[in-house]
Amino acid sequence: MATQAMFRIWRGDANGGGFSDYTVPIDDGMVVLDAVHRIQAQQAPDLAVRWNCKAGKCGSCSAEINGMPKLMCMTRLSDLNLEMPVILEPMHAFPPIRDLVTDVSWNFRVKKTIKKFRPRTPDAPDGTWRMQQADVDRVQEFRKCIECFLCQDVCHVLREHHKHEEFIGPRFLVYVAALEMHPLDTEDRVKDLKDKYNIGYCNITTCCRQVCPEFITITENAIIPLKERVVDQFFDPLKKLLHIL
Amino acid sequence: MSVEYQEYSYDVLVIGAGGAGLRAAIEAAACGVKVGVVCKSLLGKAHTVMAEGGVAAALANVDDRDNWKVHFSDTMRGGQYLNNCRMAELHAKEAPDRVRELEAWGALFDRTKDGRILQRNFGGHRYPRLAHVGDRTGLEMIRTLQDHGIHAGMEVHMECTVVSLLMDSGRVAGAFGYDREKGHFILWRAKAVVLATGGIGRAFKITSNSWEYTGDGHALAYRAGAELLDMEFVQFHPTGMVWPISVRGLLVTEGVRGEGGVLRNSEGKRFMFDDIPDLYKEQTADSEEEGWRYTQGDKNARRPPELLTRDHVARCINREVKAGRGSPHGGVYLDIAWIKERIPKAAEHIKRKLPSMYHQFKQLAGLDITKEPMEIGPTTHYMMGGVRVDGDTQMSTVPGLFAAGETAAGLHGANRLGGNSLSDLLVFGKRAGQFAAEFAKQNGAGAVDDGQIQAAAKSALEPFEVGPAGENPYTIQYELQDFMQELVGIVRLEDEMERALGLIAGLEKRAARVGITNHRQYNNGWHTAMDLPNMLTVSEAITRAALLRKESRGAQFREDYPNKDAEWGKYNIAVRRGGEGEMLVERRPVPVAPDELKKIIEEMK
Repeated sequence: MATQAMFRIWRGDANGGGFSDYTVPIDDGMVVLDAVHRIQAQQAPDLAVRWNCKAGKCGSCSAEINGMPKLMCMTRLSDLNLEMPVILEPMHAFPPIRDLVTDVSWNFRVKKTIKKFRPRTPDAPDGTWRMQQADVDRVQEFRKCIECFLCQDVCHVLREHHKHEEFIGPRFLVYVAALEMHPLDTEDRVKDLKDKYNIGYCNITTCCRQVCPEFITITENAIIPLKERVVDQFFDPLKKLLHIL
Repeated sequence: MSVEYQEYSYDVLVIGAGGAGLRAAIEAAACGVKVGVVCKSLLGKAHTVMAEGGVAAALANVDDRDNWKVHFSDTMRGGQYLNNCRMAELHAKEAPDRVRELEAWGALFDRTKDGRILQRNFGGHRYPRLAHVGDRTGLEMIRTLQDHGIHAGMEVHMECTVVSLLMDSGRVAGAFGYDREKGHFILWRAKAVVLATGGIGRAFKITSNSWEYTGDGHALAYRAGAELLDMEFVQFHPTGMVWPISVRGLLVTEGVRGEGGVLRNSEGKRFMFDDIPDLYKEQTADSEEEGWRYTQGDKNARRPPELLTRDHVARCINREVKAGRGSPHGGVYLDIAWIKERIPKAAEHIKRKLPSMYHQFKQLAGLDITKEPMEIGPTTHYMMGGVRVDGDTQMSTVPGLFAAGETAAGLHGANRLGGNSLSDLLVFGKRAGQFAAEFAKQNGAGAVDDGQIQAAAKSALEPFEVGPAGENPYTIQYELQDFMQELVGIVRLEDEMERALGLIAGLEKRAARVGITNHRQYNNGWHTAMDLPNMLTVSEAITRAALLRKESRGAQFREDYPNKDAEWGKYNIAVRRGGEGEMLVERRPVPVAPDELKKIIEEMK
């Protein structure tokens, strides 16, 4: 393994910026976030990076590594070509704050607009419910989400077309799916999916599913079933025919 | 020149947005007061996401012999009876309701066959008691609280650091800090403040804790005049990863040993058989054969010595490494691959029983645990010590200042049982929120003193005045972590700890000369500089308390006083700031249990 590597890191803020090169010694088993920390400690103490658990569980250190949206804490240097500079950029779908840190506050505003969980009346007199593991499994997959927003970063509707005001992105389609498919939930969010969240903008390219560090089958298990619910409720040709007759 | 700041005004200000902070904020908001939450990270990223095993509550869904009395006595035994018995009582009584409440807010726990919340076995708990979601219970908990909380009427200030609590004649009046993203200062006026900032693990080199765990709440409370308690009790988990460096300290679950994993030194020896405490001789296997049968469910076999208590296993590993029998990266070997000698299709078996461990090592270490042994070593895991609080209200010795979760002391005594931290967050988060709201309603606002604000701002900006010629904040942090691990870690000695105190004093001087380049917007160097005083304060408190306690009990092991001392069992150690700014370390009698609790403890011994 190489003993040092060059990192070409985007440095700047909302007004623009450019790439700076840093060469650091590297050790066996290092991940990209280790290299960034080493650069901070030795060469650029003010280099901005957002991180927290460093174990792939909190979803803070999202960035684009050689153009691929990834968690920096889970990307090992040994999986990258160190003959070339490793290019580190902030996520493109969100406004830059500084260096590798972007303004992801839009995601937190979007979540607040989604109707909250509303459980059915408890099943037992002591106020508890009964659910089978098989019914819980499906939603537990969605609840693995660590809110790293890499799926939002790679979604064409947000990244290329900037439809942030009209479309909630894969993360929040997964969130709606978790609520809609929750065994206890009684709220109806299907009309919102069609009118407010414009689920129809998604053309199921599966880009989001491919970058999910938790391997959630976003497109097939969350988005497509939601699209089907919208179609069933609003675009059923038989119902339409009956309506006309 | 006076400094500019934004200003907000709340009835209750909660500092920290992990499980305890969010639960406190939800409760305070439900009491009808105006609530603000300040957190260093984005919402939902706090260290609670890392919790795996589960939340302990005597729901009795799996074993109907369980009830609050059993949970209470398990907690007291685990804490070596230094616990605040009132907190242990409230915790055991209220945890079941707190867990059921999460379900009403959307949490999806694993289920029993009849559709109720499933519970699992864990060290020190007599019956299966941990409600869980696979190995990601903490994430489920924080997401549930977060998604419920954003509709509960609280304002959240994400990525903000509090540098100082503001005081008005001895009571709390607010907090002063800065926005990490943009760099500007903020004044939060508040009638009551809840500290829920988690633990202190970042003061040590090897830790399972996230970067936020710099002891902020402990240090803020201390500087505001509150008492800290039990600071000598830092829990070291025996099995953390030691290699690669990127994941040093990351937890390796006890389940590996439960499935038959064994500990070996560099000579290939199962060293745990060499040192079995007398107290446990009866319950421990005397041959490898018997130990193996235990892990395979033979109820007539006794447990292998690898499954002795966490503190003991951690010390044995430490001894092997110090004696030069460690692995290349300073740990020992944890081997589960060896079971292929015993059972067919062992690789598939391991992957099925320990899926996350298999992936953790495969992805981060490039190591196949079904083929090779893991390198592991003890890792700093949890802080039993914290702000001394009233057992019912969670108010500290400073009026209007509350603490909950890992920031507060009392529930766990000298040693925490696994699963009791998540229930702690819920039970005492709720109580802190409730009583903080009550305090705010009854006491109104204190006056905010501009002098305190200007002083806090000036001190926060000093690193920029010093500039690039000053000390490197990262260097100071690394040096502190190195010697705290070395000198105030698992095995403690008087002269080593005295040396640590000298080194802390030296670093304090250097920390005062830290220099930062560039501007205030998202400047990680500045953030690190602001964490240093807190880390140094808690490090000193840990060291001084550990020096004073001349015995070994629970998480504290003194090589120079290797035995438990009944006399010391009567005292907790309090740490507070003296009139001259010096750190005072004093003994406080352990709270006396009322007769009915004493009776329960005796019956269940």
